[in-house]
Amino acid sequence: MENWSLISLCVLLGLTARWAVSFHSYSGAGKPPMFGDYEAQRHWQEVTYNLPVHEWYFNTTNNDLNYWGLDYPPLTAYHSLVCAYVAKLLNPEWVELYASRGYESHSHKLFMRATVLFTDILIYIPAVLLYCFYFCDGSSKQKVATAFCILLYPGLILIDYGHFQYNSVSLGLALWGILGLGLGWDLFGSLAFTLALNYKQMELYHSLPFFCYLLGKCIKQGLTWRGFFHLVKISMTVLVTFALCWMPFLSDPKQPLQVLHRLFPVGRGLFEDKVANTWCSLNVLIKIKTLLSRETQLFALTLLFVLPSSLKLLSKPTLWQFKLALVNTSLAFFLFSFQVHEKSILLVALLVFFVFRSMLPLLLKDGLLLPYVVTSLAFLFLSLYLLSALERSTEEELRLGLYRKLTQRWLPKLNLSRIIKWKFWFSLAAMAALSFTSVWLKPPAKLPDLFPVLVSVLSFLHFLGFIIYFNQVQLMEPQRKKSQKKTN
Amino acid sequence: MAAPVTNDQSWFFALALGVSFLKCLLINAYHSTDFEVHRNWLALTHSLPAAQWYYEATSEWTLDYPPLFAWFEYGLSHIARFFDKEMLVVQNLNYASPATILFQRLSVIVADVVFFYAVKECCKCLREDKGKYLLGKPSFILTVLLLWNFGLIIVDHIHFQYNGFLFGVLLLSIARHFQNRHFEGALLFSILLNLKHIYLYIAPAYGIYLLRCFCFTQSNADGSLQWRSFSVVRLVTLGTIVLSTFSVSFGPFIALGQLPQASMTGGLVQEFQHSVLPSVSPLATLVCTVLSILPALFRIWHRPNGARGFLRCLVICALGSFMFGWHVHEKAILMAILPLSLLAVESREDARIFLILSITGHYSLFPLLFTTQELPIKILLLLLFTIFSLTSLKTLFRKGGALLNPLEATYLLGLIPLELICEFVYPLTVWQKTFPFLPLMLTSIYCALGVTYAFIRLYISLLTCSDSTKKIKTQ
Repeated sequence: MENWSLISLCVLLGLTARWAVSFHSYSGAGKPPMFGDYEAQRHWQEVTYNLPVHEWYFNTTNNDLNYWGLDYPPLTAYHSLVCAYVAKLLNPEWVELYASRGYESHSHKLFMRATVLFTDILIYIPAVLLYCFYFCDGSSKQKVATAFCILLYPGLILIDYGHFQYNSVSLGLALWGILGLGLGWDLFGSLAFTLALNYKQMELYHSLPFFCYLLGKCIKQGLTWRGFFHLVKISMTVLVTFALCWMPFLSDPKQPLQVLHRLFPVGRGLFEDKVANTWCSLNVLIKIKTLLSRETQLFALTLLFVLPSSLKLLSKPTLWQFKLALVNTSLAFFLFSFQVHEKSILLVALLVFFVFRSMLPLLLKDGLLLPYVVTSLAFLFLSLYLLSALERSTEEELRLGLYRKLTQRWLPKLNLSRIIKWKFWFSLAAMAALSFTSVWLKPPAKLPDLFPVLVSVLSFLHFLGFIIYFNQVQLMEPQRKKSQKKTN
Repeated sequence: MAAPVTNDQSWFFALALGVSFLKCLLINAYHSTDFEVHRNWLALTHSLPAAQWYYEATSEWTLDYPPLFAWFEYGLSHIARFFDKEMLVVQNLNYASPATILFQRLSVIVADVVFFYAVKECCKCLREDKGKYLLGKPSFILTVLLLWNFGLIIVDHIHFQYNGFLFGVLLLSIARHFQNRHFEGALLFSILLNLKHIYLYIAPAYGIYLLRCFCFTQSNADGSLQWRSFSVVRLVTLGTIVLSTFSVSFGPFIALGQLPQASMTGGLVQEFQHSVLPSVSPLATLVCTVLSILPALFRIWHRPNGARGFLRCLVICALGSFMFGWHVHEKAILMAILPLSLLAVESREDARIFLILSITGHYSLFPLLFTTQELPIKILLLLLFTIFSLTSLKTLFRKGGALLNPLEATYLLGLIPLELICEFVYPLTVWQKTFPFLPLMLTSIYCALGVTYAFIRLYISLLTCSDSTKKIKTQ
């Protein structure tokens, strides 16, 4: 069968899975007064459409920041504005100032879901397809299989089409950035990544590898003439993009400050949910909160894990190093950062894919590709059943799924494969058991958060394992001739 | 699950599991009144003694399937108890709690296991199964065409019915005939008739084939009938099988004197009195149907072509009754499309007919799902099935030029503007209020062209096929 037909089949299946997931409930459905992320997105459409730009990020009589105030960079706001114009055409009630708060209807849900699908088709899916075809080695069938797996990644589908968010936009733009860098179009890559950054500040997690890679590349080209010129071009691209995105907010110095304050609320707590975060896990053992000043601890540990990887990338700016650095920095920021939300793990998970693509021949040799695809679907089914049958928040199940995704992808060197396989099945069993117990059993009265915390701790241990492994891979990079051919 | 890729079983399992997960994703989709029909049947078989099943009329959806299906619902109702007891109360009309939906949807998904088994058996009946790689193997293509059949997924798992399970029994019966296990095939078909009476339409094909090829044990060298080889034993055995199945099914109701109530002629000949009467009477449609399938029956009597000839005749009977029958539902097109898939992966001409029939037939199912939410799903799934069937069959039969001639290709492409007009453009026009059924009429007429064309081509291929050497081998 020809390639184009295989690709179209994969895309169609991916789209079907996405739309079918969208039939289910969204975050905060039917839960006044605050509802959830879905209402937040709708509210932003209302705010951006009805209010002038300089009021979007400020607490005014018309704009109550406590009710889902904007806390993403300007590009999200512009996107909401565009959606609002369409919404106004279809049904003005959807974006009426004040009156539309908590608006819920079947047709509105269809509209919102459609906006997610539209941006997905426009930005994310083409990026995935291009990535698989230009940067994966193997036969064309293997590339199609990789694309298929990435498209069916349940984490992204569930958050975007279930819970309700627009992660496909920021992830897609970041992916275009990676594509650009890989093809040697540094300016295009920088532009795309800057746009991603201006869509969701979460992408800052990836900025360090981008920065180190580009800087390292410029240095390698010789800092005197060519390299320096290249550096200037990249910087100009980034600055101009930022300026264009923030232009409406540059008239008054208070504006950008307020926006930044909304984007990085230092006031919030150390952990906002039972996240697989060092702090959350360590807090079980030692009441860390009461110990050292959290800022220093945070800074030190994050730096500890991010520095070696970044320095290595700086010294050796190849594509393979870039990918590894992306994984490592994201993991580090997720594990140690302040005020992290579990959706950040999406970033890591997505990047792990790219690294593990090189493991795919191994998976294929063991015939594990097919079960991998099937179990991905299995996960989707399982979490949806749990979601729809019990109307729980999506956070927990997503965390499980993402975690499971990562463990499935983990298949290292041959001599350890058996141990790792056993360990993998054990982890999977443990997570499955935890899922069932947390759903069907009631935790003991003294420890009401037992199950979420257990999940956090287990996940944390696995992530720690990952970060150590990946740092080791990156820092002691074996001579990978394949990847050297790939880099330009 | 860690089997190597070349293992024959793993791809089948993956395809089956994959489509099951897709079905699970569709649990929350729109369901039609058929959902309430089956809930009602669960309730009345559970709450009432068998003597009252065919009399219970609290709900408008009275039991109008044969007794074996009623027993099937009865069995299901015992599992339903654990999901939601309220659904088993007859008075709870239109009861559709989340647990009810979950149970009913899961029952369809699980019942499809019969279909999976039948597909596996059908794959074994293929003549040659060689292919350079997995995607080009006839058995793989057939499995996808059957397991991922657009019509089945849409009708069973969205609209809501149990066709997967029933077609599983049908395909298994066909597979048994291919494997020369005729008694089992006959038994399965009798069971099927007692599950859903609509399969009576293809009973003539079974009757003639079994009589000609099984009861007459041998043919002459030129293929004509050898009257002396008639085996009374076989005929009697077949008769016993059929009669005993019917008696097990209808027996209790005959004993209770309820045969008139339980005779399901409703859906076949006369059920509704339409207010806008067509000038065609039910009797006329019956005559037309019989006339349309007679030549095919004569053909396989005169020059049987073994199991493949029987299958072709079966498809013609199904299509003939679809085209000329009285109260025909769009879903009945599946009775022709699914068995035709078996022929499509083996012969070029059949592949052509299959493509036209399946794409047109599947498109004609669109009006069944009229909600906005399901619109992307039905378009995506139809595209999925169409692209797969077109490319895989084209690759399978690449020797000998293009599979579809330009006229056929244009006709099929014409479905795209038709869909755009009917579902996107027309609703925005003024005529939507005054002539709301115009898109449906357009769809029907356009699809009727394709179905008729396929019917004619199928007939031609049956009447002109000269596989005389092969038929002796397959006897």
